[in-house]
Amino acid sequence: MKATAEVAAPARVARRPRAAARRRGVRTTAFRWLVLAVLVLLWEVATRVAGSAFFPTPGTIVTRMQAMWFSGPPQRLFLSDVAVQNILPSLGRMAVGFAGGALAGVVLGLAVGLSARVYDYLDGVLQFLRAVPPPALVTVFLVVFGFGLRMQLAFIMFSIVWPVLLNTADGARAVEPLHLQTCQVFRLSRAERLWLVVLPSALPKMFAGLRLALSLSLIVMVFSELLPGTTNGIGFQLTEAYSMFDLPAMWAAIVLLGVLGYLLNEVFLVVERRVLGWHRAAQEPVG
Amino acid sequence: MLEIDNLSHVYGAGTPNEHRAIEGLNLSVAEGELLCIVGPSGCGKSTLLRSIAGLISPTGGQVKVEGNLVRQTPDNLAVVFQDYSRSLFPWMSVADNVALPLRRRGMDKKARREAAMEALESVGLSGAERKYPFQLSGGMQQRVAIARALAYRPTLMLMDEPFGSVDAQTREDLEDLVLKVRGHHQMTIVLITHDIDESVYVGDRVVVLSKAPAHVVGDLKVDLPEPRDQITTREHPDFVHLRAEVGRLVRGHAAVV
Repeated sequence: MKATAEVAAPARVARRPRAAARRRGVRTTAFRWLVLAVLVLLWEVATRVAGSAFFPTPGTIVTRMQAMWFSGPPQRLFLSDVAVQNILPSLGRMAVGFAGGALAGVVLGLAVGLSARVYDYLDGVLQFLRAVPPPALVTVFLVVFGFGLRMQLAFIMFSIVWPVLLNTADGARAVEPLHLQTCQVFRLSRAERLWLVVLPSALPKMFAGLRLALSLSLIVMVFSELLPGTTNGIGFQLTEAYSMFDLPAMWAAIVLLGVLGYLLNEVFLVVERRVLGWHRAAQEPVG
Repeated sequence: MLEIDNLSHVYGAGTPNEHRAIEGLNLSVAEGELLCIVGPSGCGKSTLLRSIAGLISPTGGQVKVEGNLVRQTPDNLAVVFQDYSRSLFPWMSVADNVALPLRRRGMDKKARREAAMEALESVGLSGAERKYPFQLSGGMQQRVAIARALAYRPTLMLMDEPFGSVDAQTREDLEDLVLKVRGHHQMTIVLITHDIDESVYVGDRVVVLSKAPAHVVGDLKVDLPEPRDQITTREHPDFVHLRAEVGRLVRGHAAVV
């Protein structure tokens, strides 16, 4: 009986600020769209006034995007053949590269983070590897893998593995000492400790690394498609449009990449909020 | 049940920061006993508890639990830490927290779940099993930690200032909870506290430690009428006498020069 009273109290207090927060959220969203609309309008006006062939108006760009990629049949989500042949391969490369790099980063990060000694020995090397800008290494990858898909995937994986690895290692090292003592007292096995305690402890930092890796994977995916030996992809369309002086198509690719980056980040945040709900809530002061 | 023989613990031996936490401590606890250990702050109580739990190895002497020398945490030993918020796992529901140590008891998922529910019920937390620790008040989180220890069915339960971080009312409730559950479970309890009244109220026996390096300076049997009651026990002449006695022992050896 006492127990229920103890639970109910904080819940009741929390309700009112939550409604206020929701109102604030609605207002923020409205303003966000307003700012976007104003900026696009300014862009439209500026490009019309300038009348330069290098800077087509947003209207022209959107029309071009629609004609080039989104004029397909409804049962294919309006994707045109060009879209299927370019956007999907790009997303596929990015997905495989991200998945491979993220998995390697998490596994290696946990391995490094579990041993203080290994971490101390490798920290400098890892920071060095992370600091090297991936495009600078592209020739190395070309030598090893040649042109083509294998090289692109390896390149994306290599580029994104470092932020994931370092953040995961950091997270795995920062496990609450009392949690580890609790594991010791209740004699959890190594596997249980790793899977049920160290991994969840490392999740918040791991997600910070994964989010960096996601935006980085879009960048290096496009970069890998700018190289010779590519026959499709958004990056390929970008260079092709440029070489044929098709500036609206070039701008269309740029805008599409921006939109994709934004959407991927939003999806990531939704996933993070689901997985790390306990973390956000636990950070808030208890009433 | 528990035999501590000439235990010593020195932190950073040979360095300028050398700290002798425990020196020449002897103590034995009988099966089924509820022993309270009190001592001045920073006297090495937690070091003693960690030595019994096998979380640190003593630099001298030995600890035996059920006749076995403690090298790692003994099989049937559970600990309730003071800092419940950092001892419970925030990513697990209350039920999962309680059921976690039962994996190595060879219980299947259903049996673990049932044991967890039973333990939660015995600490007055039925219905909270799906919640997460951060959704509970401090006192309730400590109940979860106690339930986790109970579900584990230890023969020896160590409690390290378990009620040090909760308000006075909750503290009394939790003291009575400990007295209640020890009746249901056959176990020995060693409870560490710096609260003199608490030690006399809860314990069958109170051991007083000196300031660091800690050794036993007092060992008192508490013979108060059962069941104990927050009001009547605390006004009992024997209680008043005992708490004065314990207080003198703690004070006398806590005097800072």
